[in-house]
Amino acid sequence: MKISNETIIEMYEKMVKIRKFENRAMNLFAEGQVGGFVHLYIGEEAVATGVCASLRDDDYITSTHRGHGHILAKGGDMKYMMAELFGKESGYCKGKGGSMHIADATKGILGANGIVGAGHNIAVGAGLAAQYKGTDQVCACFFGDASTNQSTFHEGLNLASTWKLPVIFICENNGYGISVSQARHQNITDISQRAVSYNIPGITVDGNDVFAVFEAVQEAVARARKGQGPTLIECKTYRWRGHFEGDPTVYRPEGELEQWKKKDPIPRAEKYILDNQVMTQAEMDQLNAKIDAEVEEAVEFAQASKFPDVASAVLDVYTDIVEEGRTR
Amino acid sequence: MRELTYGQGIKEGMRIKMLENPDVFIFGEDVGLFGGCFGVTSGLFEEFGEKRVRDTPISEGAIIGAAVGAAAVGLRPIPELMFVDFATVGMDQLVNQAAKMRYMFGGKLKLPMVVRLPSGGGVAAAAQHSQSLEAWFTHVPGLKVVYPSNAQDAIGLMLTAIDDDNPVIYLENKTLYAVPGQVEDEVKPIPLGKANIKREGNDVTIITYGKQVYDSLKAAEMLEKDGIDAEVIDLRSLYPLDKEAIFESVKKTHKVVIVSEEAKRGSYAGELAAIIADECFYECDAPIKRVCALNTPIPFSGNLEAYVLPNADDVVEAVKSLF
Ligand SMILES: Cc1ncc(C[n+]2csc(CCOP(=O)(O)OP(=O)(O)O)c2C)c(N)n1
Ligand SMILES: [Mg+2]
Repeated sequence: MKISNETIIEMYEKMVKIRKFENRAMNLFAEGQVGGFVHLYIGEEAVATGVCASLRDDDYITSTHRGHGHILAKGGDMKYMMAELFGKESGYCKGKGGSMHIADATKGILGANGIVGAGHNIAVGAGLAAQYKGTDQVCACFFGDASTNQSTFHEGLNLASTWKLPVIFICENNGYGISVSQARHQNITDISQRAVSYNIPGITVDGNDVFAVFEAVQEAVARARKGQGPTLIECKTYRWRGHFEGDPTVYRPEGELEQWKKKDPIPRAEKYILDNQVMTQAEMDQLNAKIDAEVEEAVEFAQASKFPDVASAVLDVYTDIVEEGRTR
Repeated sequence: MRELTYGQGIKEGMRIKMLENPDVFIFGEDVGLFGGCFGVTSGLFEEFGEKRVRDTPISEGAIIGAAVGAAAVGLRPIPELMFVDFATVGMDQLVNQAAKMRYMFGGKLKLPMVVRLPSGGGVAAAAQHSQSLEAWFTHVPGLKVVYPSNAQDAIGLMLTAIDDDNPVIYLENKTLYAVPGQVEDEVKPIPLGKANIKREGNDVTIITYGKQVYDSLKAAEMLEKDGIDAEVIDLRSLYPLDKEAIFESVKKTHKVVIVSEEAKRGSYAGELAAIIADECFYECDAPIKRVCALNTPIPFSGNLEAYVLPNADDVVEAVKSLF
């Protein structure tokens, strides 16, 4: 498949954006400027990027607890994301959601999710709506390897395949659910095998190769738009950080992280870009500098923003009812 | 006496029973190698091995369901869910199976299982990791529910819960795990349904449990400065409930404030108020007050969360409104 230079540059930019955003979030957490549970996507950037490069603005995604990469890849705005991590009023969720619950309905981002496995069926619903309304929109459903042990995985894939819904199930197989390695949580190595039980295509790709992810998803999206139903795509990858910031990662075998760092998706893309003269080194450096500035701008925006007024705590529970507040 | 944290107390209770009875075993997500999401089971994997301290896949339905099946045929499982919020995923197994099997089968089965569920807010974990859902469990006939507030009670209630032949929901407050407390050298089992008077007083009865025991004691100190002498009751066990301790106190003080971290609507605090209204109304000379969280999900941002959750000032205000 020939990928246009424009798409290559766009994907490279997205990956670098995610990496730099996450590195900054990591430092902000360490400094205590950002709190709560923060699950970083560093090392897995090629997956969200390769997937979302095949999607339109009006397509949907469902995300997970490890959602920053998905949201940036789908076009989320760094400023509002950063402000949400800080719990500020100007954040995507007005400070009510935090890292684990960022959503942007205008970009089809149906939310990061704190419940492992919850996205499988929400994605089915979004796909159902597209089919019902007769649009050719699709929904990409991101989920981790360990979430495939929830009953929702079976329910979602069964329903999507039975009703031929336009859903692309993207399994981010990073080898772990917190401390439990894949070998200790399921008796298979290729999760794509499970597609057999739903009679849908199932493929495994190198999740650290953004072009491989992109190609697989292009085909799945084309099928979905034509009403040919869902696809299960397993992307093998690895998270560089602990499960959440603060995780001592005692469960990692020695050398494993270093092995995976050699497969870092970003230098791999850079090599391709240089080898194929898509961009020059100087152009890449310039792009990197632009993104650095963008991240700093997002941090400054977040820092300068106000915390939400406590009176806002009782808003947004319903569209119409405002709950009672406190007298204090 | 010795010092243990609340988390260590929970662990000690399990460990004592595991040493005593080979049928007692633990399983849940990351409880083994990792020592549990909050470190409560740390060291048990090393001590008892992976047969008795098992890491499970992320499958809350299977965790509760397997506990039901294993208990039905004679083991004494202690399943752990990482957060009480995830009980939703295993709720059928808990509500339609664990709670009902003995009754539906005409009393033929015993289901000795202790389900550990870390609860509560205050750690910026937002809406899906911060709830207080005790009313869901106390509402279901067939479940017993305990909620220790300190290390000593954590041990004593755990010992009793494990020996109990019925499903026991063992709620834990995640902000208390690191809180140290004095513990007897040999802790005795605490019977379920036995409240603890944490502070004696004559003017008002504050009924509470879990983290709000601390807020209530703090409130009692503040009230003392204003000349109000509050009694603070730590229920420890939500069902069975120590009605005697409650009524005894109400007969003395004639005023009641109930404090919990639940969303107020449909809360267990409401059930407590109803019980007092039903059975002890004429002893009250003021409205029965509830101090709870607001009727909203738990927000992420620190100031919003602090506003939504109840604190000692709210307790003081509620008490003062009765005088
Ligand atoms: C229903 C539910 N159970 C457990 C958890 C706790 N938890 C959060 S993330 C996680 C591991 C998820 O692993 P995986 O799906 O592989 O995603 P990864 O973190 O590796 O990206 C667990 C157990 C949760 N949030 N929701
Ligand atoms: Mg994983």
